[in-house]
Amino acid sequence: MLTQRLLLSDRGGMLVLGLVLLMAIIVPICNLALPTSSPFYISNFTVALLGKFLCFALLALSVDLIWGYAGILSLGHGAFFSLGGYGMGMYLMRQIGDRGVYGHPELMDFMVILNWETLPWYWQGFEMFWFAALMILLVPGLLALVFGWLAFRSRVTGVYFAIITQALTFALMLAFFRNEMGFGGNNGLNDFKEILGFDITAKTTRAGLFVASAIALILGYLACRYIVTSRMGRVLIAIRDAESRTRFSGYQVESYKLWLFVFSAMLAAVAGALYVPQVGIINPGEFSPLNSIEMVVWVATGGRGTLFGAIVGAFSVNYAKTFFTTFSPETWLFILGALFVLVTLLLPKGIVGLLDKLVRRKGDKA
Amino acid sequence: MTLHSFWRRLRAAGLWLILLAGLGLGWTAQADPLAEHVPADPDFASLVQQLPQGSLQQRAATVTQMASLDHDRLIDVLTALQDGNLQANRDTPPLVVIRDGNRTFDALSGELLDDPSGLRRIPINNSLRSQLRSLLAQLNLSHDSAEVRYNAVRRFIRDGIDSDAIALLLERQQIEDSGRVSDAIDTALALYQLQGVDQTLRLQAIDTLSGSLEREARNALSRIAEQDADPQLRAAARSALDSIQTKIQFYRFVENLFFGLSLGSILLLAAIGLAITFGVMGVINMAHGELIMIGAYTTWGVQVLFPGLIEWSLLIAIPAAFIIAGLVGVAIERGVIRFLYGRPLETLLATFGISLILQQAVRSLFSPLNRPVTSPEWISGTLTLNPVLSITYTRLYILLFGLMVFFALLLVMKRTSLGLKVRAVSQNRAMARAVGVRSSWVDAMTFGLGSGIAGVAGVALSQITNVGPNLGQAYIIDSFMVVVFGGVGNLWGTLVSAMSLGLINNFLEPYAGAMLAKVLVLVMLILFIQKKPKGLFPQKGRAAAD
Repeated sequence: MLTQRLLLSDRGGMLVLGLVLLMAIIVPICNLALPTSSPFYISNFTVALLGKFLCFALLALSVDLIWGYAGILSLGHGAFFSLGGYGMGMYLMRQIGDRGVYGHPELMDFMVILNWETLPWYWQGFEMFWFAALMILLVPGLLALVFGWLAFRSRVTGVYFAIITQALTFALMLAFFRNEMGFGGNNGLNDFKEILGFDITAKTTRAGLFVASAIALILGYLACRYIVTSRMGRVLIAIRDAESRTRFSGYQVESYKLWLFVFSAMLAAVAGALYVPQVGIINPGEFSPLNSIEMVVWVATGGRGTLFGAIVGAFSVNYAKTFFTTFSPETWLFILGALFVLVTLLLPKGIVGLLDKLVRRKGDKA
Repeated sequence: MTLHSFWRRLRAAGLWLILLAGLGLGWTAQADPLAEHVPADPDFASLVQQLPQGSLQQRAATVTQMASLDHDRLIDVLTALQDGNLQANRDTPPLVVIRDGNRTFDALSGELLDDPSGLRRIPINNSLRSQLRSLLAQLNLSHDSAEVRYNAVRRFIRDGIDSDAIALLLERQQIEDSGRVSDAIDTALALYQLQGVDQTLRLQAIDTLSGSLEREARNALSRIAEQDADPQLRAAARSALDSIQTKIQFYRFVENLFFGLSLGSILLLAAIGLAITFGVMGVINMAHGELIMIGAYTTWGVQVLFPGLIEWSLLIAIPAAFIIAGLVGVAIERGVIRFLYGRPLETLLATFGISLILQQAVRSLFSPLNRPVTSPEWISGTLTLNPVLSITYTRLYILLFGLMVFFALLLVMKRTSLGLKVRAVSQNRAMARAVGVRSSWVDAMTFGLGSGIAGVAGVALSQITNVGPNLGQAYIIDSFMVVVFGGVGNLWGTLVSAMSLGLINNFLEPYAGAMLAKVLVLVMLILFIQKKPKGLFPQKGRAAAD
């Protein structure tokens, strides 16, 4: 019954999930078991790259959930992603212990540079993984709860919501750039040593993180599917298409939107937490409004309101980004900019919509 | 007075005669390579060339002789001699130069020279130094420019005065017409009186100093308030210090107010174009910042194309930037935005794409580095109102310019046919079309107007920020905040919100630091929008309904 609801009725999703699952199995095997000389060998670089894409796909999923199904355009989802990343970064920093450049048993290197005497209170507890994991979910969730409660309650919608979320991530970026905040300022958190006792640079650890990201993506997808196919999901679509009408029918529009927003923020935070150990750094640049807007473009390119379209979009846009930034960095912003314009003008349903149309036309002919 | 001006006129006449004679010489002695070096006043020139030679006594005599000639370069040469910056080589006649840091100027003509060699400092002794000091004080105190006179008095306040100087200052005080210089003279005299022994005179001096904002006056008063043996004097000095402190606080407040308004005018300039495109038309134009950037680059372009017209460059750049940014705006509207009316979120994404393309275009066409934009002479410099309050002209002009642009736009919107049509279309498109307004043409023109104004703002901003590809990004969020805070579709609201945001930011800064102040303002705005989603001055009536 549940499988029917979550998967079988969703052919595109099944296809995409199958591919993700296949990747989660094949990539680590090809990286770990095959010799470097083998034509099927997958390099460490590719593993890290694909792992990054998996995190981005999870992030895109969280954006699509609120934008595609409830019509809430957030231009500040990068804030939740980065907060999750900082949570994980704090855990990883605490694991360094006295192996930092200054060899202080408790303080981070940047705190030693700032002449701090003791660890700030908000760094307490992050040496424990369970605590850090809890915080990774709670802090962004709480921020989304407070922010969303204030915004939805006073019926800030549409473009206004987009602009204030952008201001939110911008404000956080400025705040995290300050050294006094105690998050490493400009340089952020980096130079990690180990995670859960495993050496963070080891091949096996990286493969493990890759698999973890893939599993998180699959679980995240199923959770989102569960939400959008539930009764709540139907109400959300109704809110997207006619908010006032739904309200007049007696639904508490604000609560539906609020809970979805909080869930989406937590999903983004998980993506951030998985992203940081794989790239080895988190800095305030992640809060930049441009990043948040890019996420929206992944979703728009893939196809808004389909969930699996977000995954397709995240992979294809980021693959294109990697391709162009290595071959001709100059052209990437032109292409990204053109993508924004063309997708909104010509492909309102994204790649998924285009494929759908092609498949249907073929069906008509046959 | 009359005698003085008579003498001056006579001297001027003499100067003319000498000039004519010099020209005549020039005619006859064209082959002489030194001919063009013959200065306007050969008498003065030969005196300057005598300076390096002879004994110190002879030098003193030469200086006295020079002082009797009213020559443009006199003050410069004597100041350099006093400061040990006057140097000469061993030629006959010697080349006399003024060293200023690493640069060398001809002492006679004031022209910049390329590093002549064999220079030696012209030595002076203590008696010559004091002669120079009083000579220069005298010359500076009777100078035509109030600024020079003020600086001369300032030097007395700084270095202290002797009985000779008192005579000079008292004499000057009789005929001084600038209040600022006159106040400074009072301060200088009072500072001298303060060192005396007569209690009444010292109390008087303290009373005079209680109105002065000079640092030395404060130092002298606090010395007395702490150390003087006389309790009455101590009390007087303390109350004088208090009154100075109140005054300083007032001027600090005025300064803060000005800086706040100045920041507000920058926000106003950045946001006002958006008040049209976003506020009136409802188009989320994320490329607004890049239109500002285009305006700033136009200023740079004008300066590169006409390097001889730097003084005029801003005045040329303003219409040029309006046209260029306006045309780009019309192109954006016709090319992209018109297909997306009624779909604000898509418009947001598409215009963001355009902003990326424009940024990268500038980066590829010019350079990813900042472009240097020169400030014309008339816009640079500071206006010093008193020792604790000074205002840069750049900020003053931008404040005025921002208000000018605002009122010009207000006039366009309220008093022209275009403005009428724009308001008609924004309030009820179908009805406007029904009475014969070409709504699509009005859309293009409105968007062009807003974009053109963004370009004009860019010209002003090029004077205070770095002109680079990221210029636009720095202003886009602020601009949206200003428009949303003020109330969409309300130009007056934009003015009020820009100014209040500027003031809030500026008054928070001393307590919170620049970065945190910005964060606090953003947080406050986010909270404010929750409270009043339609801004400070929401539109009323049926037209306001979405």
